[in-house]
Amino acid sequence: MKYFPHTQQDIQQMLEVAGLKSMDELFGEIPQQLLFNREFNLPEAMSEVEIRNYFEALGKRNSDLVCFAGAGVEDHYSPSVIAPIISRGEFLTAYTPYQPEISQGTLQYIFEYQSMICELTGMDVTNASMYDGTTATAEAMMMCVAIAKKRNKVLVSATVDPKVRRVVETYAKYQGVVIETIAEKDGVTDLADLEAKLAADDVAGVILAQPNFYGIVEDYTGVADMCHAKKAQLVMNAKLSALAVLKTPAEWGADIACGDAQSLGIPMTYGGPYVGYLACTNAHVRKLPGRIVGATTDVDGKRAFVLTLQAREQHIRREKANSNICSNQSLMALWVTIYMSVMGNKGLNDACSLSYSGAHYLAQQLVATGKCAMAYDKPFFNEFAVKTTVPAQQVLEALLANGILGGVRIADDTLLVCVTEQRTKAQMDKFVEIVNNI
Amino acid sequence: MIRNYDKLIFELSKEGRTGYSLPKNELKEQHCICRLPANLKRESAPGLPEVTEFDVVRHYTNLSNKNFGVDTGFYPLGSCTMKYNPRINEEISALPSFARLHPAIPVEAAQGALEVYYNLAESLSEISGLGAFTLNPYAGAHGELTGLMIMRSYHMQRGDLKRTKVIVPDSAHGTNPASAAVCGLQIVEVKSTANGTVDVEDLKPLLDDTVAGIMMTNPNTLGIFETEIPEIARLVHECGGLLYYDGANLNAVLGKCRPGDMGFDIMHINLHKTFSTPHGGGGPGDGPVGVRAGLEALLPNPQVKKDADGKYYIDTDDKSAGYVSNFLGNFAVLLRAYTYILTLGRENVKMVGPLAVLNANYVKESLKNEYYLPIEGVCKHEFVFDGLADKSTGVTTLDIAKRLLDYGYHAPTIYFPLLFHQSIMIEPTETESKETLDEFIAVMKKVAAEAIENPDIVKSAPHSTPVRRLDETTAARFPKTTYKQLLG
Repeated sequence: MKYFPHTQQDIQQMLEVAGLKSMDELFGEIPQQLLFNREFNLPEAMSEVEIRNYFEALGKRNSDLVCFAGAGVEDHYSPSVIAPIISRGEFLTAYTPYQPEISQGTLQYIFEYQSMICELTGMDVTNASMYDGTTATAEAMMMCVAIAKKRNKVLVSATVDPKVRRVVETYAKYQGVVIETIAEKDGVTDLADLEAKLAADDVAGVILAQPNFYGIVEDYTGVADMCHAKKAQLVMNAKLSALAVLKTPAEWGADIACGDAQSLGIPMTYGGPYVGYLACTNAHVRKLPGRIVGATTDVDGKRAFVLTLQAREQHIRREKANSNICSNQSLMALWVTIYMSVMGNKGLNDACSLSYSGAHYLAQQLVATGKCAMAYDKPFFNEFAVKTTVPAQQVLEALLANGILGGVRIADDTLLVCVTEQRTKAQMDKFVEIVNNI
Repeated sequence: MIRNYDKLIFELSKEGRTGYSLPKNELKEQHCICRLPANLKRESAPGLPEVTEFDVVRHYTNLSNKNFGVDTGFYPLGSCTMKYNPRINEEISALPSFARLHPAIPVEAAQGALEVYYNLAESLSEISGLGAFTLNPYAGAHGELTGLMIMRSYHMQRGDLKRTKVIVPDSAHGTNPASAAVCGLQIVEVKSTANGTVDVEDLKPLLDDTVAGIMMTNPNTLGIFETEIPEIARLVHECGGLLYYDGANLNAVLGKCRPGDMGFDIMHINLHKTFSTPHGGGGPGDGPVGVRAGLEALLPNPQVKKDADGKYYIDTDDKSAGYVSNFLGNFAVLLRAYTYILTLGRENVKMVGPLAVLNANYVKESLKNEYYLPIEGVCKHEFVFDGLADKSTGVTTLDIAKRLLDYGYHAPTIYFPLLFHQSIMIEPTETESKETLDEFIAVMKKVAAEAIENPDIVKSAPHSTPVRRLDETTAARFPKTTYKQLLG
């Protein structure tokens, strides 16, 4: 076996040093009835050639489609330099940077990641990353409750992605946190309902999305004041790639920003790995879960980076911890850090511009067929909801037959369609033509 | 030259440089983003670096040179199972036929991906002796939380609402109590005996009808097998509780005995430990959760199933403990782990535990004169020294760890478990050769000798690393966590 270096002679010599006669003696203390004595019901070992053939054949049972689906996961451009850099063994095969003297590579890129996330969101401080956007939002919910101390109700807008809401609700359920939904009105958060639900002075936090699940850019003017007047934290789940253009969570007055960074060039890979982000104002840094990297100096005065503020973390606080998170999504944080470095502000803006133009063109063309109508009359970014005159499922099937993943069905007659900088005019025209021919 | 590289990417920035290329926007005239209402747009541009593609490549290559991975050298970090991460796993995980799959793709168009998920879950069931697995949780701690949610749901759905306590050994990873707390459970600690295992006599009085279950690691964090596990399982089940197996140490018994056969009801596995997926500097990993037959419905949604015709589909169950992730976990990590299992095959999976245990015992026996071994006897995949055997030197475990860096080794886990003051926890995995271990043993002996002959060189270590000991106090007192804060 190529992964085991032991020769028979090695094994004999090592057993001797260990004062043992056989390999079985290594497990001699284990009660007999617990020992596993049959062959595993697993395939026989495969060579690398067979492995490649096997997965190539499996891959053929997946369809390679032109992707117009979004709903939290988008088909963005990924610069060629990223994969080779993150594949370097020094990054790939390192553990958590517990020995900073030999982990400055990891620690510095996390510091750069933190800096860039704060630039995009406008927030003061962020942790070193979370698993994904759904769990990052659940952690934000837990932060709100920890900050409020004696309140255990959190409001979540109906315009937040249902995939995020159901994870928040799951975490809340086991902690006895009450989640109430803020109604939606014409595709956006019903601010009158929000105000009414804040009235009882018992809300720890309010979770909103930007752009929202329907791709709409919501106008949150006055919302932060409304929350803060009732001592509730404002949490904004924002799409990072769009923040190159959109008003930032900080500018809206949010206390916590969170979400998924998949839109920063991470491949879709059937749901992961992605990376979540969680950022906040300085006031709440002690309640921020997860790792944080800070700058310092070594004994020679050299600039260096180190995991810091660890008194917050689970391995110190144990059962008093606000969160059980004890890792980060480091390699994917490196992915988006390289992405942001390569793209810069100008590249991010160009990608937003292409996505925005494409989405607005496609929406206009689809409406022109007479078979679709905009579900909402609100400003949107690169994703939009359309009502279809025939069942949405039928539209998706017609597109699928032509190698197109036409979007995500969110109601029997409603499709959520997403356009990124990777979609061409020709692809969109084909989409429209197929819909027109239904 | 290389190790003197000390720039931040922001410090390479020069106005006007770019590192990207995108197609021209043919639709800009008609559908310009400038039409977005001004009050929805940000007021100032984000301060991202302006660098070329080549700047980026050289910068991060230089940063990688300041890092130490398993690829660099021996990494005996206890409890972390730093085994070789095969490159074929990486190749398979990046195949475009998987990488380009959107999670909302119809199941008919993702049969290959669903088969990977299904088969990996089945393989883990066979290896661990539990009935069914979810692969949705993203990490070990996330798996723990998911497993505890399942434990609570089990009791809640039986209408048994008073079971809100979970028993955790005092030797447990800090994550165990933290996960229990996040799941709304109260923690009760059970003591260890002098030989490091759960004290069954201390456990007995804790077991009543308020106990939801117990969380255990076996072998435990001292690398000692809990031989009383059949009795513990009997007692916990008798009082109506469930047994949770923290899979952090599964590598020790892989192929030798199975958590399901030990009596555990729920467990998580760290794919990034036992199944060779890279740690990536802290993630991504994946933390599959298994349950014994009868609890399958409680696994998180969505669930992957196979119909009578062999077609895979995605299902949800009303009894499920809930949703813990965006979709089906870190799928690319699942591809790696499945590749590893297929590469090992049935004949080699069973050798992982024995060879890992052989390596640990070899190192332990070779060093027990120089380092204090508080618990004698055969260990499993890892073991713990309580500092140097010679207690007169003033050299601490931290000093030893730092000195090892000078000799080109990653340090073992230090100051954990908390049962000893000077814990040095060593886990050499099965992929390390006798020669590597012999060199490590020689260096450990040399450091022990230095501690007596020249303690200052150990106390002031490391000397030859890119940076030396850091001022962590100032870092925490005046946190500077972004470039902007660094500029002041």
